[in-house]
Amino acid sequence: MTSARTDGVIYAGLIAFGIVGPLLFPGYTNQIAIMWLMVLMASTWDVMGGQTGYNSLGNIAFFGIGMYASAVVQIALFYDVGEYTAAFGAIKVEFTDAQYFTGLALGLGLAGVIAAIVSVLVGLCVFGLRGPYFAIGTLGVAVAMAELISGWNYVGGGGGISMPVFPGEAGASSLAFYAMFFVLAIVAHLFLRWLYSTQFGLALNAIRDDEDKAEAMGLHTLRYKLIAWAIAAFFMGIAGAVFGNMIGFIEPLEVAFPTTTFGIFMVAMALLGGKGTLWGPVLGAILFHVVKELTWTYLLDWQWVALGAIIVVNIVYFQQGILGWAQDRWPAAFGLKVDEGGDDATPAGAREAAE
Amino acid sequence: MLDNLQILIAAPALAADLLIQGVFIGAIFALVAYGLALVWGVMNVKNLCQGDYVIVGGYIAYLMAQSGINPILALPIAFVLMFMFGWVVYLAVIRRVVDRDMFTSLLATFGLALLIAQVLNLIFGPEVRTAEAGFGTFFMADGLIAIQWVRLISLGLAGALALGIVLFMRHSRMGRAIRATAQDPRAARVLGVNTDQVYAFTYALNAAICGAAGVLVSLIWVIQPYFGIVYSIRAFVIVTAAGLGNLPGVILAGFGLGVAENMSAFLLGAEFAVAAVVSMLLIVLIYRQIQLYRVRQVVR
Repeated sequence: MTSARTDGVIYAGLIAFGIVGPLLFPGYTNQIAIMWLMVLMASTWDVMGGQTGYNSLGNIAFFGIGMYASAVVQIALFYDVGEYTAAFGAIKVEFTDAQYFTGLALGLGLAGVIAAIVSVLVGLCVFGLRGPYFAIGTLGVAVAMAELISGWNYVGGGGGISMPVFPGEAGASSLAFYAMFFVLAIVAHLFLRWLYSTQFGLALNAIRDDEDKAEAMGLHTLRYKLIAWAIAAFFMGIAGAVFGNMIGFIEPLEVAFPTTTFGIFMVAMALLGGKGTLWGPVLGAILFHVVKELTWTYLLDWQWVALGAIIVVNIVYFQQGILGWAQDRWPAAFGLKVDEGGDDATPAGAREAAE
Repeated sequence: MLDNLQILIAAPALAADLLIQGVFIGAIFALVAYGLALVWGVMNVKNLCQGDYVIVGGYIAYLMAQSGINPILALPIAFVLMFMFGWVVYLAVIRRVVDRDMFTSLLATFGLALLIAQVLNLIFGPEVRTAEAGFGTFFMADGLIAIQWVRLISLGLAGALALGIVLFMRHSRMGRAIRATAQDPRAARVLGVNTDQVYAFTYALNAAICGAAGVLVSLIWVIQPYFGIVYSIRAFVIVTAAGLGNLPGVILAGFGLGVAENMSAFLLGAEFAVAAVVSMLLIVLIYRQIQLYRVRQVVR
């Protein structure tokens, strides 16, 4: 949308920050890593939420599934999972470097694949739902997954699993996980950028604008929705796996399926930046994360309240988001044509209200 | 699971006990769901902070019990306080989402739910609380069925509250205005109904009903700042299962869910109770969708 030159500048800036950031502020490596995670979450949420018009509140389920899938794979390669989890970390198992890294590599890959498979299975059930029913249904999926995992003793139940420990020093491990998040966010972004430029992206937008018409025009809408959701789930699954390894201890309600924190943040971030745009979720995520860390520092104890208030204000008063507002204000800069007397240049929010 | 089923069949008194406890809880679910059906039907707002109003009401009763007042008396107080609270929330947030698409109202009220839960957590801490009313228990069927007086009383109170609301909706001027607005807001406006006020009143009434239900919850069960979302989900299960504007259906489905949840908690184990409720939501949603799909095919 923006010109190639500004895009290049933005990419160069982001990548430069991504590489230099943790070296300049070593104390903030984890925070910046979480920022890339937020960027990834918001961008992948936007595949369904912004581009396809299916507002999911349950994408966090794939995050947790990926996390658990990778944990089970990493442990099961060398130990019995049931025994390992039953001891609640009492058995100190040692993973050699080679074991750890093969486990990690395999775990990350399988996490994405398993999350994508689950997303297709869930999608077959929930894609009949439209509008708010889809949102409630997917929220239900996420809550149900969390409850099921916490009742499943094989994977540690509510007590959780302590993950294999990263070999090497603390500084090295946080840098390694930082690098994974950074690369993942960039890869996902570039992939989505390419995706939105293809016919596939256009088909998603057609589904958002009018699903019945899209179907009547011969688009196999269910297939498009399933693939789009599987893409989001794939990245979310890998992100969950990396997050689980970074945290070192996973547990169903707070870490793996944080429906009320990350699950709602990703929606709020995409809306804050402007949903249905490539850059909106990125911008929103960075802004949201910075605000979040600031409230964390200066409003201790009240940080969650402040975040809730931000979400409500964002959604109620400023739903078109920053990029949406900017597109309204300066449509020419985004290459949009304004239909005199019409409202074609209005972004996703208005389009939906018209439905 | 099968063992538990055999126990149930072998001991019908135990099954009856589960049934009765389910009915007690179901009465509360029915109240919360009725509030949701009201707001959903009249102003098309899907209120996801329903459960958090319940929890706030519960904490009002808890505070009363702490200061030595019988928490039963908290019912009218919670009703009035939550009515005012609901009105304020309407003015601050809901008024701006009434005419917007439905996802906006869903997300905005979800944000509100987070906000309320976090504030409660800051004030009261994450411990599980209950309001002790100090009534005894009486037994039936050789002690196999234990009925706490407080549960019986709360069932009566829930019934009285529901009756009051139904009479109010049917006979009062405001009740008629609310029903008129639900049918056709534009026509109601033309005929001189101040729909903005009706919306505010409806939303406040919903909060008040939830608050009163919360008092009952804290009497017979436990409350905790983060328990709200499950009540919201239950309300959604009931309303989607019963359909909007189907009051007897909502009440019946409320009782049904209470019983089903109690039974499944016994059969599958308490750790799967919430999962069972959520699965019921999914099943109901998907079933409704299949029904709709059939209708759609016929229409085209």
